[in-house]
Amino acid sequence: MTKYRINKTRFVDQTKTVSFTFDGKKYHGFEGDTLASALLSNGIHLIGRSFKYHRPRGIMSCGSEEPNAICQINDNTDLTEPNVRATEIELYEGLKASSQNCWPSLNFDIGGINNLISPFIPAGFYYKTFMWPKSFWKKIYEPLIRLSAGLGKSPTQPDPDIYDHKHEHCHVLVIGGGISGIISAKIAAKNNLKTILIEDKNILGGSTIYQNNKNFIIDNQKSNEWLMNEISELEKLDNLIIKTRTSLAAFHSYNYLLAKENISDHLPLDKKNGSIRQRLWKIRADKVIVAAGAIERPLIFNNNDRPGIILANSVKKYLDFYGVSTGLNNIIFTNNDSAYETAVSLFEKGISVKIVDIRKKSSSNIVKNAEDQGIKIYWNSTVVNTFGYKKIKSIEIMNLSEDGSNVTGNKHKIQCDCLSISGGWTPMVHMHTQSGGKLDFRELDQVFVPTEKSENHINVGSCNGDLELEEIVKNTNNKVKKFLNINEGGFDKISVLCSKESEKKNIWLLPNTISESKTKSFIDFQNDSTAKDIKLALREGFKSIEHVKRYTTTGMATDQGKLSNMHALGIIADTAGVKMGTLGTTTFRPPFTPLTFGAIVGRSVGKFFDIVRKTSIHEWHVQNNAKFENVGQWKRPWYYPINNENFHEAVQRESKAARDSAGILDASTLGKIDIQGSDASEFLNRVYTNAWSKLGIGKCRYGLMLNEDGMVYDDGVTTRLGENHYLMTTTTGGAANVLSKLEDYLQTEWPELDVYLTSVTDHYSTASICGPNSKKILKKLFPNKDFSDEAFPHMSYQDAMIDKIECRIMRISFTGELSYEINVESKYGKSLWENCIAAGVEYKITPYGTETMHLLRAEKGFIIVGQDTDGTMTPIDLQMDWIVSKKKYDFIGKRSLYRSDTMREDRKQLVGLLTDDPNEILEEGAQIVSELDKKPVEMIGHVTSSYFSPNLNKSIALAVVKGGKKMKGQKLFVPMENKNINVTVSDFIFLDKENKRINA
Amino acid sequence: MFVINCPYCGERDQSEFSCGGEAHIVRPKQPTELSDDEWAEYLFMRKNIKGVQFERWNHAHGCRKWFNMVRDTSNDKIHAVYKMGEKPPVI
Amino acid sequence: MKNKYSIFSLIKNAFSQHENWKQAWGNPEPKKEYEAVIVGGGGHGLATAYYLAKKHNMKNIAVLEKGWIGGGNTGRNTTIIRSNYLWDASAGLYDHALKIWENLSQELNYNIMFSQRGVMNLAHNLQDVRDLKRRTHANRLNDIDAVWLDTKQVKEFCPIINISQDIRYPVLGGTLQRRAGTARHDAVAWGYARGADAMGVDIIQNCEVTGIKRNGDQVEGLDTTKGFIKTKKIGVVAAGHSSVIANMAGLKLPLESKPLQALVSEPVKPIIDTVVMSNAVHAYVSQSDKGELVIGAGTDAYISYTQRGSHDVVEGTLKAILELYPIFSRMKMLRQWGGIVDICPDASPIISKTNIKGLYFNCGWGTGGFKATPGSGDLFAHTIANDEPHKLNAAFNLNRFVSGDLVDEHGAAAVAH
Repeated sequence: MTKYRINKTRFVDQTKTVSFTFDGKKYHGFEGDTLASALLSNGIHLIGRSFKYHRPRGIMSCGSEEPNAICQINDNTDLTEPNVRATEIELYEGLKASSQNCWPSLNFDIGGINNLISPFIPAGFYYKTFMWPKSFWKKIYEPLIRLSAGLGKSPTQPDPDIYDHKHEHCHVLVIGGGISGIISAKIAAKNNLKTILIEDKNILGGSTIYQNNKNFIIDNQKSNEWLMNEISELEKLDNLIIKTRTSLAAFHSYNYLLAKENISDHLPLDKKNGSIRQRLWKIRADKVIVAAGAIERPLIFNNNDRPGIILANSVKKYLDFYGVSTGLNNIIFTNNDSAYETAVSLFEKGISVKIVDIRKKSSSNIVKNAEDQGIKIYWNSTVVNTFGYKKIKSIEIMNLSEDGSNVTGNKHKIQCDCLSISGGWTPMVHMHTQSGGKLDFRELDQVFVPTEKSENHINVGSCNGDLELEEIVKNTNNKVKKFLNINEGGFDKISVLCSKESEKKNIWLLPNTISESKTKSFIDFQNDSTAKDIKLALREGFKSIEHVKRYTTTGMATDQGKLSNMHALGIIADTAGVKMGTLGTTTFRPPFTPLTFGAIVGRSVGKFFDIVRKTSIHEWHVQNNAKFENVGQWKRPWYYPINNENFHEAVQRESKAARDSAGILDASTLGKIDIQGSDASEFLNRVYTNAWSKLGIGKCRYGLMLNEDGMVYDDGVTTRLGENHYLMTTTTGGAANVLSKLEDYLQTEWPELDVYLTSVTDHYSTASICGPNSKKILKKLFPNKDFSDEAFPHMSYQDAMIDKIECRIMRISFTGELSYEINVESKYGKSLWENCIAAGVEYKITPYGTETMHLLRAEKGFIIVGQDTDGTMTPIDLQMDWIVSKKKYDFIGKRSLYRSDTMREDRKQLVGLLTDDPNEILEEGAQIVSELDKKPVEMIGHVTSSYFSPNLNKSIALAVVKGGKKMKGQKLFVPMENKNINVTVSDFIFLDKENKRINA
Repeated sequence: MFVINCPYCGERDQSEFSCGGEAHIVRPKQPTELSDDEWAEYLFMRKNIKGVQFERWNHAHGCRKWFNMVRDTSNDKIHAVYKMGEKPPVI
Repeated sequence: MKNKYSIFSLIKNAFSQHENWKQAWGNPEPKKEYEAVIVGGGGHGLATAYYLAKKHNMKNIAVLEKGWIGGGNTGRNTTIIRSNYLWDASAGLYDHALKIWENLSQELNYNIMFSQRGVMNLAHNLQDVRDLKRRTHANRLNDIDAVWLDTKQVKEFCPIINISQDIRYPVLGGTLQRRAGTARHDAVAWGYARGADAMGVDIIQNCEVTGIKRNGDQVEGLDTTKGFIKTKKIGVVAAGHSSVIANMAGLKLPLESKPLQALVSEPVKPIIDTVVMSNAVHAYVSQSDKGELVIGAGTDAYISYTQRGSHDVVEGTLKAILELYPIFSRMKMLRQWGGIVDICPDASPIISKTNIKGLYFNCGWGTGGFKATPGSGDLFAHTIANDEPHKLNAAFNLNRFVSGDLVDEHGAAAVAH
């Protein structure tokens, strides 16, 4: 055992040595230690440097409220993690911890100079300077500021660990495994309610588990022993899930809670073995019982931040839980009775201890206990200064004046190697407020306590403001019974004896002989904000707590103000002379403790980032060297290079082949909506701009759909399969939105229509064959079918069979070529495709991708919604007046077409553009001007689609240009970064204006 | 995240639903007879209430049915749900 | 008299233990009457008051704030400033603001820490590439410094981005505006408040407007929690609560108010030296001078005034962050919060007169109002003072929703920022 490991406890297995390093030096601890307890057992207090002044800092607490002792774990590995609280990390073999925010070393930190110049850098100083000369900001001032940014270092390698999510439902969720949580969980589970108990530590018991004082007796046992028995009882209950190492992250409305379970962080590196690191539980609970406990407050006095200054109850935990003494010559500085338990415990282990108490007396049992043991108590006294740069060496105390506002008498210096401080307790109301609950201020002991009854959650134990053992046990029993509507709690006849505190005194900022502007009384230890900073903020007009917090950065460090918020509020209230309850609190925002991004995201990383939708033909495309394009969630073949072709070469070849002989496209991704019902035709009349009633059965028609504001929304071909049956196709990306929009109108605006919509996108696979030889290929595929123009004209559909596979064949064309789309049930898609390819071999059938499809349709001047339109184009703008029914009384978006600004003649309109140099390909997105020299530049349009057409052997482009309809033949310019390209407005149909090829 | 009591499916997680904005804005039967102002009123102008609001929701990843909800937008408390066409409850 | 802020005043005050700093702004009770009253003490409202006093010599004015100044979206946003918008009207508006940002610390004698670290917008699919190139061309011709970067250049500019072409939505390139960046949000509100206060503007906090009094179609004053205040001109800059104020005057606006989410990580040493935004995978990130990663997310898809948000938005955003920056997986979220943003159907703001005389609205900034703060204040002040818009905000009138002349910036503003 080391000098400081003075005690054997049941929580630390002193037979199992664990070695670890801190700043490269090897140390030993035991299984059951935290990094903090192991360091303390080695006499290490100095752990890091503070953010602003780089002051030496040590371990201050034993939990998630720790502001100072934060480390980089496993630096320079892919498992590194910054800003880990030494008080929370369980020690494991091989753990490497390093100090943060110091250079060149923890012991000698250049940044410490900030402490010397601190008079010149008060709160918010950076708002007042670094402004002149202006040019220095970017080159000198800001880089300097950023040099001091941050604490630990971000990882620089991808995370090898796995994170998991789990959804859970329960009747009762109990948050916190201390005494009140244990009582609550037991009552709930014993009454046949499915109960989950979560506890962030590795074992249950909270702070009662090390409360071993004879003044705290439950049913004739010391409270810790009683609780130990309760825990073993608890573990036998069937309908109780106990989750240790699980901390509540967020309490959202409707009792939706997130909790993070640590699964492998405490395991040695060689035992992690790729197991899940953390699991985020998403819990929906009927009832939530918050038993989150309370956090001990520090005291605010000059130089209250030195290594070796530790919260009193934490000192007790290190002693009675971990068996480690934080010092051998202790002073306890307190304003309340609870610290006396620490004193008694130290004394009983033979460790020197003295007490400084700001109260004049206390008549409680525990204080009497301490007095009886002969522990020296300095009543009515306060610490006015501390000494020792890297570790506390001594303190100076003085007497308090009658009203506590000042100090009197002489300074008295006392040597020590550890100063335990206790400013009372702050109930953890974070969960309550996160859930939307409100708070009341309790003057008696200066705490905020939950108010506003909720049907669905309660707070019990010290987080509810019950700070004494007897009220914790009895109130928890009663409250839980009532909350869960249970008659018998099981703890109804319990007897609790405890020391009770009758003398209460609190001073937010302890007085001193020197003015506070010359002291450093830290409030937010990590961010180095002091009492004088808060007073400065108030002096400068920052009156609201939120202003003070933001101006001084109080409460904004990684502990989120767990130790600092109350004192900041208290000092503001005292300074402004208002009651603390009237100030309100700052908002407690989730998460309660910092939550790993990985845990929030879970498995949805890498290949699970988003769903990949593949057509049934996908494998064929892969085998045939397709390059893919993401279209929404779909993977679509973009082009199929052969023999080292580049993109351009492949597209040129594919495009030419489709027009010269035959091409084949996987069109399965287009959205397909099955529309049935006696009012199906009327429905289409209302959603498309054109008329549908007269479309014959077996015929197809192109439709354009608008938004209600008149802008083009989607398009596609719809086929009338039967009297009351249509199949609508939509764009690939628009399918889901179109369906929900149609459902919306159908259910909410036109419920009288008898129409049923079903998405069948995934039901069918589609091979689209185009080109002059397509008919011949179709004949080979369907030898019994008559493909003559008379029997099977353009824009019609027929059923046919390949073997026993039913096919729907639509003769429709998006390329301007003779073209057929064959639809089969998806499971036959690949087989159909392979049949088509086989049948097309003699015609050199060429698979083509989306790029060629885009090129071919551009040659014909067909638009692509989303590429040639951008949500600001009406059908009139697109020169598609022909598709807008003048006769129809109404359709979606019609009225908007007749607003004054949508009718303007000078709107952007779709045109073709030809470059003067036929080899010059315009850049899609390039802007168009009519005058090059005009300033400011007047942009009259932009290029929406642009290609080199192998079939026309020149560059072609579609564009939208203001007043473009009337500009045919006009010369315009496309100003690029380094040149201006001359273009001429042309018809937007570049090829086969007469539509001859469609029947070729 | 709320729990929404779909009138057709019962209580389900909010993530299954999508919101369609303010309810009871009836699409004009004769849009062409409206002035530009009146049409804009229908198309764009919203009460955007802070407090009890009647709004449309869709059980998008469920039964796909649209229905109405009365929700307090200042605290997200849901007061009632009712089917399309049903009379709005008095809150 | 205000203290002038400088390194010298800091040193001087150090010797008096900083006891002699004056209030940055006062805490007056409202007068009975003002020449104009601005409703809303966020950045935009305070800037409006500042420019009314400074450029239009209207000194007898007040800013009413129901909570604490800068406590709404000014103090809740992710502080991105840029002007690379598509349409001329937007480019004019946002670049006007950007030009003011460039000298704002000096003008206000308050360091708002405008950091021109560049803003990069990523493209993840071919249509993204088209749209962003279109925007870049338009920016260039509007004299806005945007350039297109290919994937390699993206990586050079921000080395921690994952540009593997094997990821689900690989980076295909991006645009970069170097003059863009971030600023210290709180300081913007405080700097304008201090500047306005110095010119005599009354900044009245904890004063909620409860009604607007009209005589026919002319405003007469406001009912507030601190009593009735008479005025002939009311400029409303209430962001998410614009509709609430409009309803008091019997107006409806084309707005929906939704919670926009944001979060920060724990602070770490500098790791990302620019602002990166992505529409397609939907997230944006920068690093504050304190070292926190400031991460922006989407809006909840329903109206809410709760200033809280749902967890699924945060989850979706961090998914996107880890897709682009796998190294951040072990970083930790320190806090998340929501702000209530008022969104227009065309994703562009309204800086406009209304059909009620003396009632002006500056709203609809949606997810991107912070960047416009100085320009918005300047132009709104012009509109209030002259009872007609400046040419730079003429397009952002209310009538556009009637006539159909929308300024559709969904492409440039699709991601919340």
